[in-house]
Amino acid sequence: MLVDFFYKLRSAQLPVSLTEYLMLLEAMQARIATVSVDDFYYLSRTALIKDERHYDRFDQVFGAYYKGMEELFDEVVGEIPEEWLRRQAELMLTEEEKKQIEAMGGFEKLMETLKERLEEQKGRHQGGNKWIGTAGKSPFGAYGYNPEGVRIGQEESRNRRAVKVWDKREYRNLDDTLELGTRNIKVALRKLRKFAREGAAEELDLDDTIKSTARNGGMLDIRMVPERHNAIKVLLLLDIGGSMDDHIRACEELFSAARTEFKHLEYFYFHNCIYESLWKDNRRRHTEKHSTYDVLRKYGQDYKCVFVGDGSMSPYEIAYPGGSVEHWNEEAGAVWIGRFLEQFPHSIWLNPKPREHWKYTQSIGMLEEIMRERMFPLTLRGLDQGMRELKRRNA
Amino acid sequence: MPPMSDTRFSGTDNYVATEELMMAVNASVTLGRPLLIKGEPGTGKTMLAEEVARSLGRPLIQWHVKSTTKAQQGLYEYDAVSRLRDSQLGDNRVTAIGNYIVKGKLWEAFESDEQSVVLIDEIDKADIEFPNDLLLELDRMEFHVYETKEIIKTKHRPIIIITSNNEKELPDAFLRRCFFHYIRFPDKETMERIVDVHFPNLKPELLREALESFFEVRDVPGLKKKPSTSELLDWIKLLVAEDIPLESLREQDSGKAIPPLYGALLKNEQDVHMFERLAFLHRRNNAG
Repeated sequence: MLVDFFYKLRSAQLPVSLTEYLMLLEAMQARIATVSVDDFYYLSRTALIKDERHYDRFDQVFGAYYKGMEELFDEVVGEIPEEWLRRQAELMLTEEEKKQIEAMGGFEKLMETLKERLEEQKGRHQGGNKWIGTAGKSPFGAYGYNPEGVRIGQEESRNRRAVKVWDKREYRNLDDTLELGTRNIKVALRKLRKFAREGAAEELDLDDTIKSTARNGGMLDIRMVPERHNAIKVLLLLDIGGSMDDHIRACEELFSAARTEFKHLEYFYFHNCIYESLWKDNRRRHTEKHSTYDVLRKYGQDYKCVFVGDGSMSPYEIAYPGGSVEHWNEEAGAVWIGRFLEQFPHSIWLNPKPREHWKYTQSIGMLEEIMRERMFPLTLRGLDQGMRELKRRNA
Repeated sequence: MPPMSDTRFSGTDNYVATEELMMAVNASVTLGRPLLIKGEPGTGKTMLAEEVARSLGRPLIQWHVKSTTKAQQGLYEYDAVSRLRDSQLGDNRVTAIGNYIVKGKLWEAFESDEQSVVLIDEIDKADIEFPNDLLLELDRMEFHVYETKEIIKTKHRPIIIITSNNEKELPDAFLRRCFFHYIRFPDKETMERIVDVHFPNLKPELLREALESFFEVRDVPGLKKKPSTSELLDWIKLLVAEDIPLESLREQDSGKAIPPLYGALLKNEQDVHMFERLAFLHRRNNAG
């Protein structure tokens, strides 16, 4: 039974391994979790899942797998306290329904019948009109439609059943395809770190120490070298305005994360596509322009170039001279992007639009082609892939 | 197998542990496997180890990891430089290499006469290879000292609690050997218990008002840094110390949306600024 659960988790693409499964079994053997399904949920989660981003998926698998299995635990725990059933019924029933119960012989009678049924019933049951189960016509069980029905084991039950814990899906936000906070971006950007020695001398340089000690005739001569720092250089080009307004927040976060993460970060803004000028301050975009040629000349090949934009525009804006919506451009956007790719061999395009939507916009397809497939969605996973791409070309 | 502690951790008089956290701690204590703790800053990750040690009556050995920390430093360090120096000065100590072996935190824990609690704090600060270098040591709880050719074995498997702030991803092989728990931000109910533990004599009205403003502040969309539990506790400490009257906390509903002494809650200039702007809008709406 547990093996099934294990494979269900694996098929949900949760990275659970045999080591962890054995660890869970060992923990069960040590009786850390008692008979309650709640305990088992916590224990299996702490043993099998090692990343809060996977909590939500785990909750879903757990919920799906154990739906209907809670009875197994209930059987171990014992009978349902009558007091609870009474409170439950009182909460669930309307005045009218309560009257109908009175007609049937009253609440006492109903409970008595229920107790009898509970004793008669051996296994789990669904459908039918007598046994306790789900979706039946019997007065007992969940999701039924008998007005005198008593609900057992439904999500909204008042006895705070364990099932609620995973039904709540509190960790939904942590799934890595969804949220993209500054912190997450930082983690992803850190993949790009490349260390080089810089600054004040702080570490012992053993090789040099040995060499200079020998040269010194055996008298110790300690040599120090600077500590290593992140030496990666990044050129960030951000699309701003128009259709990008929906993505401002994500881009702001990316920007602020990138700024603290890299020592050499240069950024410029563009609108929709790259043309002959870029700007640094969006409020003064028409007065303080930087020539794109200057940018291309100023920053060396060792810069890694990251475009951020939704790439949603008219195809003319990429393909034809004069296609820009804002001014007359002598050369097509594609030509300019091509120049960037030539100058910066390590380039990627990050797109804040979800990947599923890309195929509906022609211009995105065109850009993907120009970028030679180096376009990634602005999610944590996309960033991760993008950073790997930048690094790979680096090697 | 050394005798395991049969005491169970269930929170202490100044630490409120949720059921799920207790389960994780007890699983890790019973099986003698490390426990990896993650969570928002200020949710009491580091404090957990201190409290586990206190409640089980074990000594606590803290190893704070920095970006320059090496795994080897947790085991031992061989101070070759001072040996070289001593040899040049003709010191007698120089003949025994053992004189230059400096024991690390894990060594200390392994040879301790009673079971100890080891805190490896902020493991993600260290180099990306750091956790990999400790795999065998944490698994078998033993290591080899090359210089003296001795093997250090643990007498009592220590309880190892590791915290991470998620700055780097940890290697899978390492994760597989740990129990894992993510401390989520406490809900209102838990928060009441936490505050109660720290300020047992707090007037219930003040607590209610303070918590309400606190969660309101947290709910404001677009905050760069949401205030955490430790900031709430600091804030309440200030409220009590300054003897802020209840009315001024309540006032904010009817006008000033900024809680008194908000500096303890908001740590970011932009956040404070945004808050003041919101307060202004609020006032204007109320007036109009």
